[in-house]
Amino acid sequence: MISFKNVYKKFNLNINALDDVSLDIENGEFVFLVGQSGAGKSTMLRLLAREYVPTSGTILIDGVDISKLKSSQVSEYRRKIGFVFQDFKLLDDRTVFENVALALEVRGIKEVEINKEVEKTLKMFEIWERRKLFPRQLSGGEAQRTAIARATIGKPSLLLADEPTGDLDPQTSWSVLQLLLEINSWGTTVIMATHNKEIVDSQKRRVIALKAGKIVKDKHQSLYEIH
Amino acid sequence: MSIFFSFVKKNIRRTPYQAFAATMVMFFTFFCLSTFLIVAVGSQQILKYYESKPQAIAFFKDGTNPADVQRIEDVLNQTGKIKSLHYVSKNEALQIYRQNNKNNPLLLELVTASILPASLEISTVSPDDLQPIANLVQKEPTVEEVVFPADVVSSLTQATRIIRIIGGSVVGFLAVFSTLVIVMIIGFKIRIKRAEIETMKLLGAPVWFIRIPYLLEGIIYSLTGAILGWAFSFAILWYVSPLLLNGLGEVSSQVWPPSILFITGLLAAQVIAALLVGGLGSFTALRRYLKI
Repeated sequence: MISFKNVYKKFNLNINALDDVSLDIENGEFVFLVGQSGAGKSTMLRLLAREYVPTSGTILIDGVDISKLKSSQVSEYRRKIGFVFQDFKLLDDRTVFENVALALEVRGIKEVEINKEVEKTLKMFEIWERRKLFPRQLSGGEAQRTAIARATIGKPSLLLADEPTGDLDPQTSWSVLQLLLEINSWGTTVIMATHNKEIVDSQKRRVIALKAGKIVKDKHQSLYEIH
Repeated sequence: MSIFFSFVKKNIRRTPYQAFAATMVMFFTFFCLSTFLIVAVGSQQILKYYESKPQAIAFFKDGTNPADVQRIEDVLNQTGKIKSLHYVSKNEALQIYRQNNKNNPLLLELVTASILPASLEISTVSPDDLQPIANLVQKEPTVEEVVFPADVVSSLTQATRIIRIIGGSVVGFLAVFSTLVIVMIIGFKIRIKRAEIETMKLLGAPVWFIRIPYLLEGIIYSLTGAILGWAFSFAILWYVSPLLLNGLGEVSSQVWPPSILFITGLLAAQVIAALLVGGLGSFTALRRYLKI
């Protein structure tokens, strides 16, 4: 379970990127994080990825305060989460296969096992045919599929998606959403930050809305409205 | 480990000109180091050869008896600066003269033992002690004169000292320069791969996993330069050896051919130095530019 307790995040003295945020997310939930640009969605995700630590307050993951993790524990923690970005963040000099394999390489898994696992994952995400291509040779949808494959190949318990459909056309956005829903059906908690009203409204899932760093709505089976 | 070499291979392939420049700088440094060590060891061998020869000869006046010679030997030995003393009688002097002039019968006919002086061949522990010892012997009433058969030793000692100072300074400067080049190149690579490093961190890569490829890269440049420098310096030595041996004359047998032990020892020394320079350069770059 994820718990934010009175979390504040300040980047300078006057502006609160997050302002007294408290919430709980159960394991296996699919949550939409909505709000205007600068509302604090990405900050929340980056706090969860332990890229940032809160200025005050605590963030507990399954009872562990992640802001107190040591450097070596942070990398171990991050192997339990997957991160998907709007701009994919694929490594330009590596092929699709190598990009996905990297997530297992950092875990010190043997090459034979990596090859087997990557093949399985790429086939599942329907990008096996593209395995030898470099990111610049892929369409937006293919690049995002590769990024999601990389984020999920390590079987994370939490998947953080920061505007994963932001750069994609509507049709591709829907296919990306289907992938995320499928990953959620395996039991993975998915938190998706998005501006895409259509997608949010279509799913009627839990919606957490942020405005100027504060939670202004936290409702299950909800629509996009930010109030 | 193969994964790290695969990362290094990619890094090098992406920036081949930088890799080439780094390797060439390393090559130049280690070529200078190798050449300096070859010259230093060679000159040391030549110096040893000349040091093993008598450095000064005291010629006795006619009529000097063995007791006088013994007394002078005792005086010299008490100084603690004497490496060896060898008394050459008139008859032994004649034998040496005959040996040296065996191809010139005319010279042999004219000389007898009576006209050749007895002498004392003196070698000192340090070439610097030669002059004070010569002065001491010269004061003896039975000594006619003291001569230095060759001033080679002092010249060589001086030359060896200069070689060590200049060579050491140049190699020291180049080692520092090379380390800085590695710092700059690895630092630059870390900067252009910042996004990639961030992604790897988010994927949960441990700190060492991110650092090792950069550390290896610096060491690889350095090692390649060291091996090339070693090979090139010996190749040049082999190429110029006929000319060199001709110039060295009788001393050439002391320095040529170089022993396998010396050749492999020099390679080992270069490899160790390369590990230090490459490792230190990469490590400094990682500390400076890769704050994780």
